[in-house]
Amino acid sequence: MPSSVMPTSRIDGRQSPAAVSTAGLRKSYGDKTVLNGIDLHIPAGSVFALLGPNGAGKTTTVHILSTLIAADSGRAQVAGHDVATSPDGVRAAIGVTGQFSAVDGLITGEENMLLMADLHHLSKREARRTTAELLERFDLVEAANKPASSYSGGMKRRLDIAMTLVGDPRIIFLDEPTTGLDPRSRHNMWQIIRELVSDGVTVLLTTQYLQEADELADRIAVLHEGRIAAEGTADELKRLIPGGHVRLRFCDPSTYRCAADAIREVTRDDEALSLQIPSDGSQRELRSILDRLDRAGIEADELTVHTPDLDDVFFALTGSNQPNQPNQPNQPKEAVR
Amino acid sequence: MSSLALAVRDASTMLRRNLLHARRYPSLTLNLLLTPVVLLLLFVYIFGDVMSAGIGGGGADRSAYIAYLVPGIALMTIGGTVVGTAVSVSNDMTEGIMARFRTMAIHRGSVLIGHVVGSVLQSVMSVVIVGAVAVAIGFRSTDATALEWLAAFGLLALVALALTWIAVGMGMVSPNAEAAGNNALPLIVLPLISSAFVPVDAMPGWFQPIAEYQPFTPAIETLRGLLLGSEIGHNGWLAIVWCLALSALGYLWSKAVFNRDPK
Repeated sequence: MPSSVMPTSRIDGRQSPAAVSTAGLRKSYGDKTVLNGIDLHIPAGSVFALLGPNGAGKTTTVHILSTLIAADSGRAQVAGHDVATSPDGVRAAIGVTGQFSAVDGLITGEENMLLMADLHHLSKREARRTTAELLERFDLVEAANKPASSYSGGMKRRLDIAMTLVGDPRIIFLDEPTTGLDPRSRHNMWQIIRELVSDGVTVLLTTQYLQEADELADRIAVLHEGRIAAEGTADELKRLIPGGHVRLRFCDPSTYRCAADAIREVTRDDEALSLQIPSDGSQRELRSILDRLDRAGIEADELTVHTPDLDDVFFALTGSNQPNQPNQPNQPKEAVR
Repeated sequence: MSSLALAVRDASTMLRRNLLHARRYPSLTLNLLLTPVVLLLLFVYIFGDVMSAGIGGGGADRSAYIAYLVPGIALMTIGGTVVGTAVSVSNDMTEGIMARFRTMAIHRGSVLIGHVVGSVLQSVMSVVIVGAVAVAIGFRSTDATALEWLAAFGLLALVALALTWIAVGMGMVSPNAEAAGNNALPLIVLPLISSAFVPVDAMPGWFQPIAEYQPFTPAIETLRGLLLGSEIGHNGWLAIVWCLALSALGYLWSKAVFNRDPK
């Protein structure tokens, strides 16, 4: 399948099919199955989001891919190296920012950076240059000489990522990079991640936030109970479920009834006096609805257009015990709304 | 880079990190020094008259008791220092920084080696400080040769290595720093039931084997022999065997725990 092969010339100087690929990854703790067969294919240079609620297996996946723990079965390759047989090859290519801050709180931000530089065997000059550059880029120059334990949550996260970038990893794992951050820090973090991508690195991030996956990721895998419930671009995932509709609300019951008669294919909500009309929200469909209302001389008190967002997808996919097969949009499925 | 050069380079980076911690937070190290110094002063100046009457067949003076006390206090100092090691190892293991180290292409054991070397260096430094206090209040070795002094230091370093590896293991299995401090407490308490303060034959008969064959007593008796000229006997090789056995045990234990998948 050479047509789908992405060149990853900067990794090891040779071609490899994907920055990250896994097949049938399984892991359980005792009788609790955490991962139940994970297949991933992440092209180099892309951003891939693992989306799922707590306990879905996101962190376990990242831990296996970053050589922190071993899978029970299945194979995983990162940067062309097998995580089980060549962990050091994997480690040399990756940068990991875990869910919990991985900075040394007892020493200063700058010392943390220099520690990383030493562990990457940079020369003294390179170490100073890289440290200064990254501290500047992550807006930590002022705090550089304060102990990292005194940093705010957002600053710690920035230092964490800055430390991860020492040594220029080509594949970066970010485990819930914005959990616990305030909105401003979250947006800063998004900006940082976008900049990483523009440098050509591959990013695998996990998140509980649909908006975050939508904003950042080229492809998204929805993880649910240790399986991939669905995978695709944000748009592909949205198309998986029939959630788009136009909603009309009325104050007067008689107008409501007239409207329900005038536009036939509707879902009625008699208590709320609202009508739900399936629609993709296109101009043409909206016009036809409005035309029909006009002909009947009805004016709705409120009209809203709902396009399915990732929340709908998420709840639809994770609300049931039988997840959709990936990339099969033709399975009609009741959206939980 | 060869794997040995890699190990040396990464371990010395980790050692620098540990020494930086110690330099940045001297109060932790000083706190651990406080116990042996206070005990030294307490036993010499408060209990000294009674205690000195109990050694050497009675009639020994205070300076003789200081001399008797110092080897035990020196080992207690090492015990106290490695409690700090257990705490800092536990801190590392429970913090995210360990996960970072584990996902980097560095020598795997370098974190632990850094702790061990740092701890041995700190122990020796602590012994020197406590030793200086002892000299200030009147401790003198009786005609120890340069070689005997060297051997004494060698033994202290070996004890430090042994206790450090045990402390590293304790730090690794402790869920948090407080627990690590508690788990390592025996390393301070054991000297109390050794020949550090009173001779073993002055203890109740049933207790004597416990005091005599625990690791601290042979080391203390050997130090006494080297610095004060008393009989060393079988204590010399007993002390060395204890140290080597504890080092090996602590090393294997720590390594096994370290290579387990983190939770």
